[in-house]
Amino acid sequence: MSGARIVWAPWAVLAGCAAATAASFAYLGADFIALLSGESARQMAKFAVGFFPPDLSAEFLRRVGRGAAETLAISALGTLLAALAGVVLALPAAGRWGWPPRWIGRLVLNLLRSIPEMVWAVFMVLAAGLGPFAGCLALALHTTGVLGRLFAETLENAAPEPARALRDAGSGTTLAFFYGTVPVVLPQFVSYALYRWEYNIRMAAVLGFVGAGGLGQLLYTTLSWFQSAQASSVILVMILIVSMVDVLSASLRRHLGRSGG
Amino acid sequence: MALAATLPATRDPALAPRLALTAAALLLLWPAVELSELDPRALLDGNNLQVMGRFLGSFFPLALQADFLSLVLRSTVETLALATAGIALAIAAGFPLAMMVSQSLSVSRIGPARRAWLGPALRVPVRALLVVMRSIPEIVWALLFVRAVGLGPAAGVLAIAVNYAGMLGKVYFEIFEAGDTRPARAILEGGGRRVHAFAYGVLPVALPEIVSYSVYRWECAIRASVVMGFVGAGGLGQQMELSMRMLNGGEVATMLIAFLALVMIADQVSSILRKVLV
Repeated sequence: MSGARIVWAPWAVLAGCAAATAASFAYLGADFIALLSGESARQMAKFAVGFFPPDLSAEFLRRVGRGAAETLAISALGTLLAALAGVVLALPAAGRWGWPPRWIGRLVLNLLRSIPEMVWAVFMVLAAGLGPFAGCLALALHTTGVLGRLFAETLENAAPEPARALRDAGSGTTLAFFYGTVPVVLPQFVSYALYRWEYNIRMAAVLGFVGAGGLGQLLYTTLSWFQSAQASSVILVMILIVSMVDVLSASLRRHLGRSGG
Repeated sequence: MALAATLPATRDPALAPRLALTAAALLLLWPAVELSELDPRALLDGNNLQVMGRFLGSFFPLALQADFLSLVLRSTVETLALATAGIALAIAAGFPLAMMVSQSLSVSRIGPARRAWLGPALRVPVRALLVVMRSIPEIVWALLFVRAVGLGPAAGVLAIAVNYAGMLGKVYFEIFEAGDTRPARAILEGGGRRVHAFAYGVLPVALPEIVSYSVYRWECAIRASVVMGFVGAGGLGQQMELSMRMLNGGEVATMLIAFLALVMIADQVSSILRKVLV
């Protein structure tokens, strides 16, 4: 009985997926073949050719360099602020003070996390004005939700013995937390924050699309002014940053894995 | 007196190095603070406070007029459709790209083959292409396609297709390589054709992981397609951007709720799909 179910279920699901895909194309109604052939293909090719060669004049590269530095600064500070706020919210969310604060803490973290960075960025541009500060706040708000939840889980799963031993030996609750719990959870906290920083560098590069500073803002302006050559150098730097972060984090992980394992 | 002598140091012996480390980190962060124009006073600026306060205040009541709700429903379905169509194209393109860069089907690795130079000559440019496709964020692709094919969901579909084909291609390739390559090699060495080696040697080993990762990416595509709407690539995001520009909080709040519901449903569907297929 169950054997028969296992045989037909995947096929039924696959057929369902195929039907959903067909329905999606039908709903969108766009003729992708026409879009990618004939006149529109020629226009696209013309558009693409405009990106070469990229503008590599020293003056523009300085602006791109500043944009890149801004992007890195936004991601670093946003992640740092989020780590600090995440710890503050993770304490109640981990149930340290009973269930009502735990419930409220989780609610706040979930709310922060479920709103995408880009939406936060639009809100923050309203609240703090155009510029990198808005991007920094937007990243910090979303990341607080993500890190806070991970931190809370780490706190809940941390071994309670060291802190209990300190308390049994007569130390206060606060000191027992700092010398008994923090050393246990800190490596995990740091690794979560670093992983999130890596993700945020990529995010900070595009938050500027809604006016929140960094490379994204530069790309958006150059594309709006139809400065394709300039836009193409910004995209090149984006590719460079993303692949550098990829390579660095992969080698770091390999290295840490080897020494840690 | 005697008691004090036996007590260990009451001060943290690691205090000085920790303070030094913190000070050094703060010093390093200073340029970042300058660059990101970190200035909490901007938040308390009277004008900003007023704009933000009025906007937040307008979140309630939610916009629940019948015609607006039907617009939200249509945009939500459009988001779903554009993510699904995009991921379908991405799978269709990512698969052959991954096969081109994979060496588990390389005949020349086993022994002399006709046109042995062709493999590496193809692999390097395809690999570079994959890097470019996935390193340019989806929202940048979306903006480029909006410029190329105009506003609307078609740009979003193409953006997801290109960006995710790059990611899927890389991950499929890693799955092909990580799996046991002996069955495929046995078929190749036995004189089987490459298609057979792939279908009977590589695919059975790799399929569960491929399905599971593709379904996960579909979930990501839904989240991403909302964001891509902000540059005009259709779906819920495009409507949300319009309402935000008008500072119509009630509409924004309704659409945020629709977005959260969509993400939650996608989450459930993807976990069911994974359970059934893997």
